[in-house]
Amino acid sequence: MVSENTEFTYNSKIEGDVVVTKADAVVNWIRSHSMWPMPMGLACCAIELMASGAARHDISRFGAEVMRFSPRQSDVMIVAGTVTYKMATALRRIYDQMAAPKWVIAMGACASTGGMYRSYAVLQGVDRFVPVDVYVSGCPPRPEALLDAILKLKESVNREPSVRNLLKAGAR
Amino acid sequence: MSTAATSLDLEKRFPGVTPRDSADCPAFNVPTADIVRVLTALRDDFGYDMLVDIAGIDWGESASPRFAVAYHVLSTEKAAYVRLVAPCSGDAEPSIPSVAGVYPAADWHEREAYDMFGIRFEGHPDLRRILMWEGYPYHPLRKDFPLAGIETDLPDDEVAGETGVRVKPAPMAGGPFVAPQAGHMTSREPRARDESWNEKSEKPAD
Repeated sequence: MVSENTEFTYNSKIEGDVVVTKADAVVNWIRSHSMWPMPMGLACCAIELMASGAARHDISRFGAEVMRFSPRQSDVMIVAGTVTYKMATALRRIYDQMAAPKWVIAMGACASTGGMYRSYAVLQGVDRFVPVDVYVSGCPPRPEALLDAILKLKESVNREPSVRNLLKAGAR
Repeated sequence: MSTAATSLDLEKRFPGVTPRDSADCPAFNVPTADIVRVLTALRDDFGYDMLVDIAGIDWGESASPRFAVAYHVLSTEKAAYVRLVAPCSGDAEPSIPSVAGVYPAADWHEREAYDMFGIRFEGHPDLRRILMWEGYPYHPLRKDFPLAGIETDLPDDEVAGETGVRVKPAPMAGGPFVAPQAGHMTSREPRARDESWNEKSEKPAD
């Protein structure tokens, strides 16, 4: 039996002031639509990061335009550039100061793998210090690649079992 | 450029100073003890008013004197450079007088040479490491230090305790990586000379 009703959107006249959804979907929707980046600019990738934030590429289309230089106010750390061992300890401290939930994007070859710096001073991939959610290839990546990484991160955040994680964190 | 005049004057005033082979600017070998006096004379009497660079040199583990320090000074008026090279006294713990009192610019250059080569600059106002962290046990630009590095502790004990990370040698995978000088541009990205081994499959024994 095909229904006459072709109205698929929410209709308050029929259903009252109630939206039926899953708690995960609500929490993830809130989280993924405004992820404030912590710009961890360490080398030339930071220039592309700045370009992403500027007018031409307009990162605010994806809700990530509020670059917070305070780790307390940011959700996603964008590691843009070469991480030396000396800097890596500071990076880890900044990551520890970020409030959960928090994510990390390793932007570019250096942050992902050490890049072309196979040397005594350079950390061979920032994932040895902090858990990385998205890796971006390129040396440096184009701003489009970074925007794609933010979209990929959104997708991944939308799949998180947020409520279960919250309850688990509350039980601890 | 009055190469000859400078050369003659310097050697006349400082008997230990000898000319040195050079492809570009006038260069001199200077005895360790004279370096401060010679640089003071170059600054005050010859007009070399700008210190451009100080570089450490490691001639290899078997050489003696093993370490030397090269100074480049520039006369902004004549637009002429002079290079001085002085050996360091002591091969195990090299040292040389600091010239930070003559050229303030020497401060950070000497700190870098100290950091990278372990050359002690006697009389330096603040001889600390400048690139590697305080407490790093090696001097990376010495000939006996491998490019990949040596395993050691992190600079920050707290972070090391939390992450369990140590400073590890970088995987060289047949490197160092060199860009081939022949062939099309697209095929000339840096590669290891020997790509037959990597971290997964070990280098075959000779």
